[in-house]
Amino acid sequence: MVEQYNPTVMDHFMHPRNMGDMENPDGVGHIGNPQCGDIMEMYIKVKDNVIIDVKFKTFGCGAAIASSSIVTELVKGKTIEEALKITNQQVVDALGGLPPIKRHCSVLGEDALKSAIDDYLKKTTGKGIEGWQPHEEEEHAH
Amino acid sequence: MPTEAKRKVYFDNMANTPPDHRVIETMLLQTKEAFGNPLNIHDFGEKTAEVIESSRKNVAELIGATPAEIIFTSCGSESNNFAIRGIAKAYEKKGKHIISSAIEHFSVLQVLKALEKEGFKVTYLPVDKNGVINSQAVAKAITPETILVTLTHASNEIGTIEPIAEIGKIVKDKGIIFHVDAVQTAGTIPLNVAEFQVDALTLSANLFYGPTGIAALYLKKGTRIVPFLVGGTQEEGKRAGTQNIPGISGMGKAAELAKQEMNARSEKLIPLRDRLLKGLTEKIDDFFITGHPTNRLPGHASGVVKYIEGESMSMLLNMEGIAVSTGSACVSKALKASHVVLALGVSPEDAHGSLVFSMGKDASVEDVDYVLAKLPPIVKRLREMSPLYPKKKGAK
Ligand code: FES
Repeated sequence: MVEQYNPTVMDHFMHPRNMGDMENPDGVGHIGNPQCGDIMEMYIKVKDNVIIDVKFKTFGCGAAIASSSIVTELVKGKTIEEALKITNQQVVDALGGLPPIKRHCSVLGEDALKSAIDDYLKKTTGKGIEGWQPHEEEEHAH
Repeated sequence: MPTEAKRKVYFDNMANTPPDHRVIETMLLQTKEAFGNPLNIHDFGEKTAEVIESSRKNVAELIGATPAEIIFTSCGSESNNFAIRGIAKAYEKKGKHIISSAIEHFSVLQVLKALEKEGFKVTYLPVDKNGVINSQAVAKAITPETILVTLTHASNEIGTIEPIAEIGKIVKDKGIIFHVDAVQTAGTIPLNVAEFQVDALTLSANLFYGPTGIAALYLKKGTRIVPFLVGGTQEEGKRAGTQNIPGISGMGKAAELAKQEMNARSEKLIPLRDRLLKGLTEKIDDFFITGHPTNRLPGHASGVVKYIEGESMSMLLNMEGIAVSTGSACVSKALKASHVVLALGVSPEDAHGSLVFSMGKDASVEDVDYVLAKLPPIVKRLREMSPLYPKKKGAK
């Protein structure tokens, strides 16, 4: 089981970056479903359209923890527009690859981030990300 | 990734046990000596036949059967497949109803699913919160169409020992065939096919310190079955093909040792199991035991650590040299939580945090205490990451 993960994934799993709660976040993302097991929360702080701080909490496997950790690294310092361009493939690439069966955990990372941005936009502009929907359950399953 | 932990604690003996050194020695010797084809009439073949038959006798004696009632197979899954399909097909003219339970191994459930597609009807009995199959529920489920009852003696995931003798009596009275999956119990706790009134029983060497790749099916004399492999006279024509001679010699030795040492092993393991269960309950808040608290396999401790996930826990335990199993959906290819844990009434969310610690005969108090020292900080660390962990004041 442990053999499946590369050293980068293991590093993020063992030493997750930006893990924990955030006081007064500007956007909160909550994604997942206890039925299939994965729950991810992401909190962002935004100043002048730039994500200046980000934190996460994850209930899930090693790949889910590593994915959320690396998403926070990818997104810090990015503008909202730049952050919206992050895809789960970028998450997988930044981790140096994930076992095929664990790719759905990276989708969760992307969705948690977008859900946080969606929340932030709703709060500030009254409108969320245009046309955005979290990935469907079916895509998470195999 | 190899771990650097100095201490190694293997608590995954329900998945596979390490072969006893005496078993390995026997296999080495018989691999060298017993190579003649046992069907051939020369001294070499005869030597092999003797090895096979003396092993068969040992296996029979372990479960109170006669040697002619033992069929060697390649694994527990094969025995389960063979028994259920072979018996269902042999008796289908009598009826097409089978009774089983919600906590069976996949090698039972998948055969039953296949048989359902072929027109059989299967009743899956529920279990209570401790994982016990109610014998009265078996009685109630029986119909005039029922030909087979197939139940586990104990599930590897929860360790609860099922009331097989009680159920055997009920099934016997109705003249129905009774198959028991005893992979987790044969060689571990006392088991007697006559006392239990079973007609077929699956047992596997790799769960009682024998080698992998060898198992057996007990089939009571007179019970009909459709052969599993055809094309030879081996195993009374029911399972053709040249036998796995080293494996059989190893299983025979393991059965002999299990019979002699079973009580001593249990006397040692039961206090260790209870120490581990007690320690887990005391040291981890929001932990609950799965399976029966006391009527469970000697070395088996299992439970749920709420709010965190099993793969993460087992990876961090592995870093400390500790090997365990989990029923988390995240380790299953289908991304589904263990059906056995769910059958107890545990929520899918909680099932994610299920762990199974299965100790082997060489486990020690130090091993148990090592696990009890290493797990709580891992739980704390993962709970700090979990959005589900309630921020309770003073939570450990
Ligand atoms: S969180 Fe369940 S497989 Fe990744």
